[in-house]
Amino acid sequence: MFENIGEVVLLCWRTLLALPQGWRQRQKIFEQFFEIGNASLLMVCVLSFFIGAVIALQTGPVLAERSLSSAIGGVVGIAVAKELAPVMMSILIAGRIGSAMAAEIGSMRVYQEIDALRTMNINPIYYLVLPRMVAIVAALPMLVVFAILVGWFGGALVADYNQRMGIPMHAFFSDLKEIVNVKDVANGVFKSFCFALIIGSVSCHQGLTTMGGPRGIGRSVTKAVVNSIVAIVVFDYLLTRLLLS
Amino acid sequence: MNPDLSQLSGVNLVVRGLCKQFRNQPVLADVSFSVNPGEIFVIMGPSGSGKSVLLKHLIGLEAPDAGEILINGDPVTSPEVAAKYRMALVFQSGALLNSLTVGENVGLYLTEHRLKPEEEIQKIVREKLADVGLRDVMDKMPSELSGGMKKRAAIARALVTEPQLIFYDEPTSELDPVSAVVIGEEILDLNQRTGVTSLVVTHERELAFGIADRIAVIMEGRIVTVGAPDEVRNAADPAVKNFLQADFKRQPKNLRA
Ligand SMILES: Nc1ncnc2c1ncn2[C@@H]1O[C@H](COP(=O)(O)OP(=O)(O)OP(=O)(O)O)[C@@H](O)[C@H]1O
Ligand SMILES: [Mg+2]
Repeated sequence: MFENIGEVVLLCWRTLLALPQGWRQRQKIFEQFFEIGNASLLMVCVLSFFIGAVIALQTGPVLAERSLSSAIGGVVGIAVAKELAPVMMSILIAGRIGSAMAAEIGSMRVYQEIDALRTMNINPIYYLVLPRMVAIVAALPMLVVFAILVGWFGGALVADYNQRMGIPMHAFFSDLKEIVNVKDVANGVFKSFCFALIIGSVSCHQGLTTMGGPRGIGRSVTKAVVNSIVAIVVFDYLLTRLLLS
Repeated sequence: MNPDLSQLSGVNLVVRGLCKQFRNQPVLADVSFSVNPGEIFVIMGPSGSGKSVLLKHLIGLEAPDAGEILINGDPVTSPEVAAKYRMALVFQSGALLNSLTVGENVGLYLTEHRLKPEEEIQKIVREKLADVGLRDVMDKMPSELSGGMKKRAAIARALVTEPQLIFYDEPTSELDPVSAVVIGEEILDLNQRTGVTSLVVTHERELAFGIADRIAVIMEGRIVTVGAPDEVRNAADPAVKNFLQADFKRQPKNLRA
């Protein structure tokens, strides 16, 4: 995967240069945007609810035993906002949308549709990559904001109903408010913005460089998802380190 | 040069010493020929002889290992060529965009480059589809068309760009004899109407001898004969002779006996 990093960065850069013409592709951007929302909103909901819930379940009893119940809201709040929602949602979207991008662009490559575009002087970066990149970069941070809220709610519900914690919901949220501030949420949303760029450029690049027949498309899809996830986890560490200072 | 003139008339194409290898296997070996403005130049050759690869080079989709391709004297990959001349390639597979309807495919060049208002595009698309004998397919998806219909839609898509140089890769290979004649006549008609330089790749002898001003025969990546149809028909090269005259040797069975 490492030999391609330069090409992926180049693709990202070219897309950025194409951005001024982006308005002309607005219809395709909206289509992609709604497709991402449609395809993933329900899954985002379920996933983030249970992530928040399980964090409360894992940490809550331990904290409560040491009479630190008032910290549960903060722990769940920080963990979900800064780490779990951005990373898990990005991994979900890499699997759900990155794979679709690689498959669509890859099959266009294999069946010479991209060659056909080029003979008509239509730049595949404007026509195919730009709308997908803009859509995912806009959609993923929004999904993450939504996921954070749902995750908090999941945590609060468990903290309330689980006998070993028994923290009423309003207490959970006021504890949470004390520790978590807007900067923490912004931190998570910013990370997801970077992850969206990674998913978009890795998947589109993988699609554009697809070789061979249906097998090649399959290979591209797998590589797009795996490489995106690896890059997300590595960048997660780097970004967290960077945002800490 | 007068841009108005260059808009109307066909362009001249020169190919010199073109070589290409895929994984050390030569596909094109020193291909040279030239096509005059407004000419219909047919390239014939057996399957796998490198015809489709040659066309991809001519339109600038593939870069040659050696040799040059000049459009009115400019290298095909130079930015001036893209700005000055309109070229189109009808792919052997059609290469319609599967996510768009047939109508959107045919009008794609005009919509993406914002050349005409929407209603006018619709009208042009309908006209061009009718020219190739397709009706009521505007709103169908390419996957709902037969192989031959796809090929004809691809030809319509190429016609919409009003090219000055057009490459057809086996335009009639999937068509019944009647549709093949319609397409052959459309190629001739377009050539006469607009003076477009046309390069047709085919292995169908009727089409080749029916429309060609000149014919080249390519075998194993080399041009073995070039000339007017009659010259090629009477070529001495035994391989060419064999290719042009191949026929079924089997006699019909006498079922009664
Ligand atoms: N991308 C590629 N990579 C490797 N080899 C290729 C590639 N494209 C074509 N070839 C090889 O080049 C040779 C010529 O192929 P080409 O498609 O030009 O044949 P053709 O003359 O168009 O045949 P047909 O009449 O069957 O369409 C074939 O041997 C093919 O295997
Ligand atoms: Mg071919």
